[in-house]
Amino acid sequence: MSELHLSRQSYHFVEPLPLQSGSSIEQYDLVVETYGQLNADASNAVLICHALNASHHVAGIHPDNPNELGWWDNMVGPGKPVDTNRFFVIGVNNLGSCFGSTGPMSINPRTKEPYGASFPVLTVEDWVNAQARLADQMGITQFAAVMGGSLGGMQAMSWATQYPERVAHCVVIASTPKLSAQNIAFNEVARNAILSDPDFHGGDYYKHGVVPKRGLRLARMVGHITYLSDDDMAEKFGRELQRASGAPNEYRFSFDVEFAVESYLRHQGDKFSGYFDANTYLLITRALDYFDPAKNYGGDLSKALVTAKANFLVASFSTDWRFSPDRSREIVQALLKNKANVSYAEIDAPHGHDAFLLDDERYHRLIRSYFNKVAEDKCS
Amino acid sequence: MQLRTDFDAIANWVQPNSSLLDLGCGDGSFLEFIRAKRDVKPYGVEITDSAVLACVQKGLNVIQQDLEGGLALFEDQSFDTVVLSQTLQTIHQTERILREVVRVGKQCVVSFPNFGHWSHRYAVALGRMPVSKSLPYEWFNTPNVRVLTIADFEALAHKLGILILGRVVLHEGIKVNLLPNLFGSLAIYRVRGA
Repeated sequence: MSELHLSRQSYHFVEPLPLQSGSSIEQYDLVVETYGQLNADASNAVLICHALNASHHVAGIHPDNPNELGWWDNMVGPGKPVDTNRFFVIGVNNLGSCFGSTGPMSINPRTKEPYGASFPVLTVEDWVNAQARLADQMGITQFAAVMGGSLGGMQAMSWATQYPERVAHCVVIASTPKLSAQNIAFNEVARNAILSDPDFHGGDYYKHGVVPKRGLRLARMVGHITYLSDDDMAEKFGRELQRASGAPNEYRFSFDVEFAVESYLRHQGDKFSGYFDANTYLLITRALDYFDPAKNYGGDLSKALVTAKANFLVASFSTDWRFSPDRSREIVQALLKNKANVSYAEIDAPHGHDAFLLDDERYHRLIRSYFNKVAEDKCS
Repeated sequence: MQLRTDFDAIANWVQPNSSLLDLGCGDGSFLEFIRAKRDVKPYGVEITDSAVLACVQKGLNVIQQDLEGGLALFEDQSFDTVVLSQTLQTIHQTERILREVVRVGKQCVVSFPNFGHWSHRYAVALGRMPVSKSLPYEWFNTPNVRVLTIADFEALAHKLGILILGRVVLHEGIKVNLLPNLFGSLAIYRVRGA
């Protein structure tokens, strides 16, 4: 058996979902992709939580978009570190996103218009509550593992405390227990780029038939800088000028694209603003800002994590300055204080925050080894 | 890997169902041994990728960290036993790690190869650095950065206010009672902070 068994489905929920903000969503859809097969006692399910700009499309190729490989295809699949020959892997598009699950672009059944600015602000905890209802519908009482990188790691952590009985293993990669002032500052610049775009129309741009593309583009450009390390950028672009081959390697004394790095960022921004929704970008960056499980415990993360029963694997990357190894160590320190089962690996990789998405032998060997133990533990 | 001769001696000092932290745990051999023998909840600390991976493969709790940086991740007196097994001689910050070990552990087990063993003294007397079962490296490829004897360790423990609660000295797995600093090749101490 070495097929991916990719299946895409949409789940509809009619029971209102109460949100941390005090408001609620009355009904909603969640789009899901699954890989592998659920075993008879539903003990081999692994939930993959996505980060800012990703979706339910974790692995493989879906017939609807034959050119788009899943965002974590190097991690999830037959024979991959999270082996779909053994595990039933679930990718879910979060509420508020723009890839099919209910979000600001969706039609509000009350007004028959897109939610736009009226879509409620969501938190990581809200997403986890929605995912738990999905697990109920799928007949999964306990996940063998909940796993995520970056914002996905926050969801995995939240799962372990919000539903301690439902998570056997919690895999938190390149994540943080809370954003720093610097992290929030970068998010604010990104949001400001969108909010100040004349095409934003207070979030209700859908009915004006426009998209705040310039803002979204700028938001992506500034975000992208934080995903890469200084060394990685130096290696990839250096001070290389963007020139056609044969063209003189001289300055042009203009404000057009001069350096290769500018061209790269503009390309990333253009690509992103072509498929991503501006309101979703606002909403997800705000969810990042708000995440701080220790807040209700006087800043004591160990108290916030005390209910967790899962075994933890925490991993960070040496050159990640967005969510640096120190942030992961805070998680580890809190878990150690609680005498939780935890392993921590700091992977020496040059690619900054993005490393969690990349194919790195040491990183993948670690995840593979951990999931071998998860399989022994849960899929017997 | 063959079980090291100090494992049993260390295990005798570990209470069943207690918590244990092994600093410089390598591939987790001792953690696996003590988990089975004393039913403890063990944690290891290691720096090398391959050793961390080996521990994860064994299903052990392992924290990847450089011991030279101290033990900031660990609370005061948070482990019943902290083990520093044949690792002390590989750490530059000797005083710092010893202070940290007794801060974190209610009791600590520290073991190291005894450079004072007669065969080592003899080798040096003949003009060469010793290579033996307990010091299996040449001077140019040894991971050991500190050279110490049983007498040296006890003097430093005294200076740092570390209390020695017990001592076992071995040579080739056999206990040495007579002139341990001359006939012992491996020293194992049970210590705690004052």
